[in-house]
Amino acid sequence: MTETVRAWRHIPQRYNLIGSKCLQCGKVFFPKRILCPECRRKGKLEEINLSGKGKILTYSVIETPTDEFKDIAPYVVAIVELEEGAKVTTQIVDYDIEKIEIGKEVEMVFRKIREAGDDGVISYGFKFRIKD
Amino acid sequence: MRDVAIIGVSQTKFGELWDKSFRDMITEAGMGAIQDANIEGAELEAMYVGNMSAGLFVQQEHIAALIADHAGLTPIPCARIEAACASGGLALRNGIMAVASGYHDIVISAGVEKMTDVVDPTPMIASASDQEWEAKQGVTFPSLYAMMARRHMYEYGTTREQLATFSVINHANASKNPRAQFPMEITVEQVLNSTMVADPLRLLDCSPVSDGAAAVILCPAEDARKYTDTPIYVKASAQASGTIALHDRKSLTTIDATVNAARTAYNMAKMEPKDIGAVEVHDCFSINGLLAVEDLGFVEKGKGGVAIEEGMTQIDGEIPVNPSGGLKARGHPLGATGIAQTAEIVWQLRGEAGKRQIDGLEIGMTHNIGGTGGTAAVHIFSL
Repeated sequence: MTETVRAWRHIPQRYNLIGSKCLQCGKVFFPKRILCPECRRKGKLEEINLSGKGKILTYSVIETPTDEFKDIAPYVVAIVELEEGAKVTTQIVDYDIEKIEIGKEVEMVFRKIREAGDDGVISYGFKFRIKD
Repeated sequence: MRDVAIIGVSQTKFGELWDKSFRDMITEAGMGAIQDANIEGAELEAMYVGNMSAGLFVQQEHIAALIADHAGLTPIPCARIEAACASGGLALRNGIMAVASGYHDIVISAGVEKMTDVVDPTPMIASASDQEWEAKQGVTFPSLYAMMARRHMYEYGTTREQLATFSVINHANASKNPRAQFPMEITVEQVLNSTMVADPLRLLDCSPVSDGAAAVILCPAEDARKYTDTPIYVKASAQASGTIALHDRKSLTTIDATVNAARTAYNMAKMEPKDIGAVEVHDCFSINGLLAVEDLGFVEKGKGGVAIEEGMTQIDGEIPVNPSGGLKARGHPLGATGIAQTAEIVWQLRGEAGKRQIDGLEIGMTHNIGGTGGTAAVHIFSL
């Protein structure tokens, strides 16, 4: 599978957390959508640069990863609710496992997501860490 | 619309079936159902096959034609139905709709998955989630359910032991099911000491990697007694969609698609949860079994853990859950599961479930989920 175009296409979203906001209902989406599922044809979406600040809604420690992520296991994944209301699935990095709990405030960091695959492309994007 | 009946069912043994190919398994299941229905096979007018990912598991697409060919069913129309792990439930529903509408009279709905021809099926299973915004971030499929489990523990005080008990009950039932992949009993302690997969879920919270197939034969209810003395009637066939990504749900502890499909099914059957005598739920992970018990309306939200602990879902409990052993212990060949659940309820209603028979069952339900709840299918059947 060619990852090159697929990775390139999502660079603004993955590097800078660009989402969408519906000007009709005010709801914020990440990833970006081209249709507001609430307002449909009446909705009007525009891009929004998300702050990258939020809190942990839930998390898991992955001890049995896929081959792609085996070098970093065990690692923590979480669903983070951003300040703007959208929720994202992400890895949590630079952590002290004792400090990870539901409700903890986190912030986005820019990291390498995946090693180069067959086509030599390294994927970068967002992860989150506990806010001091 | 016409009422629809099931006149034949079949399930291969589930497990690591090294000596059986994809086409062998589905043909075996189809032949079994035809024999069970007392028909020749020539009466069949259409086939619907549930299959999640033959393309990724055995590099074969266009499986409907392959199956029609190998089952000797050409030239009847065959279609593959895909909705991740709910593919089987949707193949059943498509068959029901074809008969109910009058488009076809006798139809076979089947399901199949060959999962053990790949070394690591984890990436294939992860494709049931949002590949771009979940899997590519590094989450595994078990970790998505683990995050639901952790949130349920946080919101309702559900315990690790309560989740483990769900697996223990499944295995107790499977120990009496000759078609089950893991027909042996386990203890809560064994679950709690099994390998950690994605905290807080351990290996014995997870359904296995399985090969297998299952099939059912449907016909108009008014014709069913021509073929069998114990037709099983379809009282409701419901399906609902939810968000593909777990993070987009309003709640991380409710599967809206289950709630919506169940509501439609109860309305269609003019029934309530208390009318259901037994249910086969989609426990791909122990937490999803618990969520199903709540979201199908058998207990209030948040009370699933206590209900399981107190024995409500045991085979002799108030609402027997997964008499077959469930996905956990009967096995979970993804596309076959929704059909295997149906076969179990049919056997239970007919009184043919052997040592795991529930006494005097009159109404049964199946609950089949795709992904983390992007799709749900709920069916109600009666004698």
